[in-house]
Amino acid sequence: MTLTGEVVRISGAVVSARRLAGAQMYEVVRVGDDRLVGEIVVLDRDVATIQVYEDTEGIAPGEPVTTTGMPLSVELGPGLLGSIYDGIQRPLDVLRDAGGDFIVRGLTAPGLRRDTAWDFTPAVRPGDRVEGGDILGSVVETEVHEHRVMLPPGVQGRVEEIAPAGRYTVDEIVAAVRGGGRTRRIRMRQYWPVRKPRPIRMRLEPINPLISGQRVIDTFFPLVKGGTAALPGPFGAGKTVVQHQLAKYVNAGIIVYVGCGERGNEMADVLRQFPALVDPTTGRSLMNRTVLIGNTSNMPVAAREASVYTGITIAEYFRDMGYDVALMADSTSRWAEAMREISGRLEEMPGEQGYPAYLASRLADFYERAGRIAAIGSPGREGSVTVIGSVSPPGGDFSEPVTQNTLRVVKVLWALDADLAHERHFPAINWLTSYSAYIGAMQGWWAEHAAPLWAEHRAEMMAILQAESELLETVQLVGEDVLPEEDKLVLVQARLIRDGFLIQSAFHPIDTYCTVEKQYLMLELLARFFGLARDAVAAGASAAAVGGLAVRSRLERMPFVPNERFADEYRSIGQEITEAFAGLSAGRGVIG
Amino acid sequence: MDGTFPDEKPLQKGREYLSVTRVAGPLIAVSGVEGVAYGEVVEVTVPSGERRAGRVLESREDLAIVQVFGGTEAIDTTRTSVRFTGETMKLGVTEGLLGRILGGTGEPIDGGPLLIPDTMRAISGNPINPSAREFPRDFIETGISAIDGMNTLVRGQKLPIFSGSGLPHARLAAQIARQARVSGEEESFSVVFAAMGITYEEGDFFIRNFRETGALEQAVVFVNHADDPVIERLITPQMALTVAEYLAFDLGYHVLVILTDMTSYCEALREVAAAREEVPGRRGYPGYMYTDLASIYERAGRIKGRKGSITQLPILTMPNDDITHPVPDLTGYITEGQIVFSRDLHRKGTYPPIDLLPSLSRLMQGGIGEGRTREDHAAVRDQMYAAYARGRRLRGLVAVVGEESLGDIDRLYLTFADRLERGFLRQPEDERRPIEESLDMAWQLLGTLPESELTRMEPAMIEEHYPRQTEG
Repeated sequence: MTLTGEVVRISGAVVSARRLAGAQMYEVVRVGDDRLVGEIVVLDRDVATIQVYEDTEGIAPGEPVTTTGMPLSVELGPGLLGSIYDGIQRPLDVLRDAGGDFIVRGLTAPGLRRDTAWDFTPAVRPGDRVEGGDILGSVVETEVHEHRVMLPPGVQGRVEEIAPAGRYTVDEIVAAVRGGGRTRRIRMRQYWPVRKPRPIRMRLEPINPLISGQRVIDTFFPLVKGGTAALPGPFGAGKTVVQHQLAKYVNAGIIVYVGCGERGNEMADVLRQFPALVDPTTGRSLMNRTVLIGNTSNMPVAAREASVYTGITIAEYFRDMGYDVALMADSTSRWAEAMREISGRLEEMPGEQGYPAYLASRLADFYERAGRIAAIGSPGREGSVTVIGSVSPPGGDFSEPVTQNTLRVVKVLWALDADLAHERHFPAINWLTSYSAYIGAMQGWWAEHAAPLWAEHRAEMMAILQAESELLETVQLVGEDVLPEEDKLVLVQARLIRDGFLIQSAFHPIDTYCTVEKQYLMLELLARFFGLARDAVAAGASAAAVGGLAVRSRLERMPFVPNERFADEYRSIGQEITEAFAGLSAGRGVIG
Repeated sequence: MDGTFPDEKPLQKGREYLSVTRVAGPLIAVSGVEGVAYGEVVEVTVPSGERRAGRVLESREDLAIVQVFGGTEAIDTTRTSVRFTGETMKLGVTEGLLGRILGGTGEPIDGGPLLIPDTMRAISGNPINPSAREFPRDFIETGISAIDGMNTLVRGQKLPIFSGSGLPHARLAAQIARQARVSGEEESFSVVFAAMGITYEEGDFFIRNFRETGALEQAVVFVNHADDPVIERLITPQMALTVAEYLAFDLGYHVLVILTDMTSYCEALREVAAAREEVPGRRGYPGYMYTDLASIYERAGRIKGRKGSITQLPILTMPNDDITHPVPDLTGYITEGQIVFSRDLHRKGTYPPIDLLPSLSRLMQGGIGEGRTREDHAAVRDQMYAAYARGRRLRGLVAVVGEESLGDIDRLYLTFADRLERGFLRQPEDERRPIEESLDMAWQLLGTLPESELTRMEPAMIEEHYPRQTEG
């Protein structure tokens, strides 16, 4: 049923309209003569307050508002991969073809292309009993990805008809299912309201590592498939570079990248790089596994608020097919600010720093949509959604509401640090303040994967870094001279860990991705060096002599050694370490 | 006729009102109105007959809240008339704007001939579709080592200068405008300069500078002085960027937009928010300031298949030199890096007083390297930063415990930092230092450290560039 009301008030992205009794909360409406897309956020008798997803300039009281009968939804089906959407799933490339290089108002286009025919292979037969989530067939969506066509949740019955193998568009009927006294025609596309989590059979414990090829993450603060991580940091600390690195290299089947209120040039960078980059797991173009949502900072603020929901709903859809999905949201602070801006226009009672009182629950609801799950339907499938959210705290102060409320729900914190960034120590993840709640879960995995001493080495290196920070406080007061040699050695070793392991250049062709095997060997060499150095110092060598060993420079340059050659380099460096310390005790091998 | 009011559309009947019911700060409320559009342009006539422009900030069935750009002085609630034009805010744009000086709301103030617009453009602009953007990669040589070598600027980037009161940001901006070039290209280049709340002295400095170097003929200058109505500033950057977009994307110019001082702009924004009794965000600035600033800064860039570009160089003064203040903070979150000034360096007589550590260019990576600058550029930058940061850290330590307590290597780092500031960083205001020379100077500096310290680069690169003669 379509209702038509009339605009009575316009204030920025918020418009009020009357004569809409019967409209529903969160229903999508079209506003004004230009038919701008909006969503009802408050109902008061016959007056609806609407957040509008496009620029409202020029709208006047008296213009019409019509309801659509649908909540804000995304269109799900083959064709999502490789697309770039705005916050409400309008395909930006299609809008460009239709409206030019600048985004003009009132344009709409469906999320999935209507003209593409997909190779469909049925998986059920007429007469089969099916229920929501069951796989009816499959489509090769990209060369690396099989798209499983699922019966929408809530539908059940007996298959009356199923299309034979062949090419179909998302508009064509591929199955008819009879149940509850009626026949449902099923297409390869389905709709799901973005603010409502998709149903699952049950939650599973997340135990499989999400490998990123980034040393400080995989080795020191690991994340698991289905886990949650926050990435807060002041501007210039490298949030976006870390997010891009994760989007490129994590071992997930599907990536959903949400650029929420960030820079247009960054989206252009992703669009330029991803098609040319190769997925280390499949060897195919990265764009084949990626869905981009780009609602940049100058695009309408209400669509920014919707963009994270659009992203997570798409992620859940692929999860339900049985895939591991990683979602990057850059930045959740812009989302929270969009909430604040709209809340202000609605004249709601503000909470901390002007944010609405429901900020904490919205953040929690969002992160709770992550997880490893068993999907509904058959055949049985497991999938996961991992969520990594950037946070942009004003002034880099983590005590602000968005950071604090995020930390209450996420399990991993990668805290970015301005001082490290200023020194060009990237990724600028501060090893003292960051944490991961998945270390216990990872211990078993590393032990099984040829790295029996991972936990031990990791703990030893962390202890050295912590000791360094305490020693540096003393040094600041009285200088390094007064420290005993073993403490000076801690400083030497800590520097070696920072420069030779923690720093990793995202832009260096080799260093940008470090395999877990190489990570472990590097860690092992650092531990071996320290073990021998400690013995040497105990036997009377100076820490300066240890720091002056030629092999130290070689250890610091380990990042530049190609992954596939590293096993050889490992043996060679190992040998040089043994020789260097043998030489040291014999009084040789020291520079200066 | 200034640029603000197109008179193409006939005045609609019943669109002029004498019903101002409330005046507060820069805002007026007009009641009994009908069908007023959000963002509509109004013309306010005060009892003396003076006319001022305004814009609708909120529209209800019988009430409009209007922000008056000329200020609300002398507006009363009985005789002031308000005319709703039926238009949203537009500016007439033409190539003929080049060489002209305009006021903060787009009216010529240089006594020059009447401007005949080629076309009218809405000043709020439309966002560039992200999928239409061309990723900016063309290296702009500014001739300044601290920028070219360490924080490279590329065409289509937005790179602000974070300055403080009394620091030479105007001189640096003028130097960049004067010297910037892209190697191997002779293309149409122009400057759009928008001044918001700056002093006559500073405004004159720029105009004189542009005039002396002949740059004025290729420039469009918008000036809102410190004593002009505060509220006018709110449209100055939108006007300037509308002209810039026309020059860049319609006419193919490479446009450098200088916006100064963004802090004054934000203060005007705060004033309007306060007058509307909005819930304030940090330090009284409105919660939507991020979005508002983004609508300015994001109008930089390049578009696929179009020739021109918009490069932005916004200038802001950090109140009390505080980089965490909302204006630099939100700016830094939107722009592609920042050039940060240091009062310490300025005090030591260093020009340009660029503090390298907090400075950053996010688009540097794509603009440098083989075929763009030189193959060793990224490695040199990394190593220079690592060494300089260590030297700076040691400088702090030496202040407490004395230089004697440092080891030999540490002393080399300390000297490295001093030499970098005295040599590499410092250069005369009229020196255009080619990128090759900046990189060679960097290698001379790195040559003061033993090879074994250069761990941010591969041995082959050291082999090729390390200056042998200065070894030891």
